Amino acid sequence: MAALSTPNDGSTRTIDLAGVGVRELNSELHEPGATRYVVDNPRGAHSIAVGVNDEIEVHVRGDAGYFCAGMNQGGTVLVDGSVGPGVAENMMSGTVRVCGDASQSAGATAHGGLLTIEGNASMRCGISMKGVDIVVGGSIGPMSAFMAQAGRLVVCGDAGDGLGDSIYEARIYVAGKVGTLGADCVEKPMRSEHRAELIDLLTAAGMGEKASDPVVLDGFRRFGSARSLYHFTSEQSGSY
Amino acid sequence: MCGIIGLHLRDPDLHPQLGRLLEEMLAGVTERGPDSAGIAVYGDRRRCPEGHAAVSVLGAPAGLADAVRDQLARRPAVASEVAGETTVLTAQVAPEELATAVAAAAPEALVVGSGTDLVVYKGVGNPNDLAETYHLRDTHGWQGLAHTRMATESAITPEGCHPFSVGRDQCLVHNGSFSNHASIRRELRRQGVVFDSENDTEVAARYVASSLAAGDDLEKALRRLGETFDGFYTLLVTTADGFAVVRDEIACKPAVIAEHPRWVAMASEFRALTGLPGIDEARIFEPEPGKVYAWQR
Repeated sequence: MAALSTPNDGSTRTIDLAGVGVRELNSELHEPGATRYVVDNPRGAHSIAVGVNDEIEVHVRGDAGYFCAGMNQGGTVLVDGSVGPGVAENMMSGTVRVCGDASQSAGATAHGGLLTIEGNASMRCGISMKGVDIVVGGSIGPMSAFMAQAGRLVVCGDAGDGLGDSIYEARIYVAGKVGTLGADCVEKPMRSEHRAELIDLLTAAGMGEKASDPVVLDGFRRFGSARSLYHFTSEQSGSY
Repeated sequence: MCGIIGLHLRDPDLHPQLGRLLEEMLAGVTERGPDSAGIAVYGDRRRCPEGHAAVSVLGAPAGLADAVRDQLARRPAVASEVAGETTVLTAQVAPEELATAVAAAAPEALVVGSGTDLVVYKGVGNPNDLAETYHLRDTHGWQGLAHTRMATESAITPEGCHPFSVGRDQCLVHNGSFSNHASIRRELRRQGVVFDSENDTEVAARYVASSLAAGDDLEKALRRLGETFDGFYTLLVTTADGFAVVRDEIACKPAVIAEHPRWVAMASEFRALTGLPGIDEARIFEPEPGKVYAWQR
């Protein structure tokens, strides 16, 4: 792997995707010889840093394509640009931070860890999330948190139509406008424990200024499951 | 899967670069549809001279240009360019007249594009190789689009390639599938519309063409399409002065739009857009489900 990497300070390696393929990059990340990696010239390439198992840091300097940091287990992945569909899909733990926007299905089916998107996320953000925490600095698109089962989704901007359709136990906090709510998703009161949870999530996502601003916090509303679909009966078929 | 790219240049200084930019965009969607590709360019006066019509033909027999000239009333000069499986004929007549002459001279051949500003190429093979065949890099012009196909609804043939160009200077490319195309085709046939294939995308192209012919603008035609067609689709539709993108209400087929003061571009995925000049300053967004996005020249 020596050809791939240029050691900078003994613990950081730079991999330039202008000359090295993603398959080689990921092979190195799966058996890392450094604790920190810098990835240059991603130019929207797919599957960057998928399946990182060790507690390493991966800094992608530019825009990434599909499935960036998918199945993340121990990595701390930072993307300077935007990401395509399925960022942090099925993440188990670790953290993924996107400085730009995210395409569809951000954090889909993810079981754990923290996904932060500083910009906007597109449709189906947090679809079928199973324990992950997702914090979005901007807005999210329609059909987000569909069948979300566990975890928390924080949206500092607006949410599109069909939010939380068929949601189970996940909790959603939205500061901006909310389009239509999906089947069985309802607004719920913000109590002190929810405000505390929101502060923790914003702080973890590096949005301390929002977490410490009472006006910002007052703007958030909470959404979750009405639980009327837990036991399906013919009387509830009208919900669909 | 299929890949779509489209580029609408607002800045005339970029017109000489149209082909080079399209070629780079095409490379970004080649993996999405490696079996075949179609390309259409608007405004290349070396390919379709001012005052001329260009008609693209598949299955052209030898000597077609002479046979077509004999069909035309004033027997104007008919130029012929062969690019892989596509033959492009140009002559100083109306596009409809030239297309009719092709049909009369070679009934077995298929007209796959016609216009006064548009040239369409289709073929089977790796899209990057086809770009070479079509000399895409040397193209000048103000607008272009391409489609890389992963065939699902019909066979891998040049005829199955997109774009579907069934009206003067009109093109439609599609990623997805329509579930009710058969009933819409029957309705259009009742109205007198003639079809070349059983391809579902052709139905959408014929629908848009008849809508535009009835006086609708591009935006209205695509809104009506959204009310009529079921299925999954991202569509890019271009005309003699327009460029429009629409997705279905579920929007599971990808699309990215980038808007810059010098150009508007769309592609199935972002990596196809990374080489455009000033991409870092462009407004990049994904089209909302069911919403029509349209630009005029």
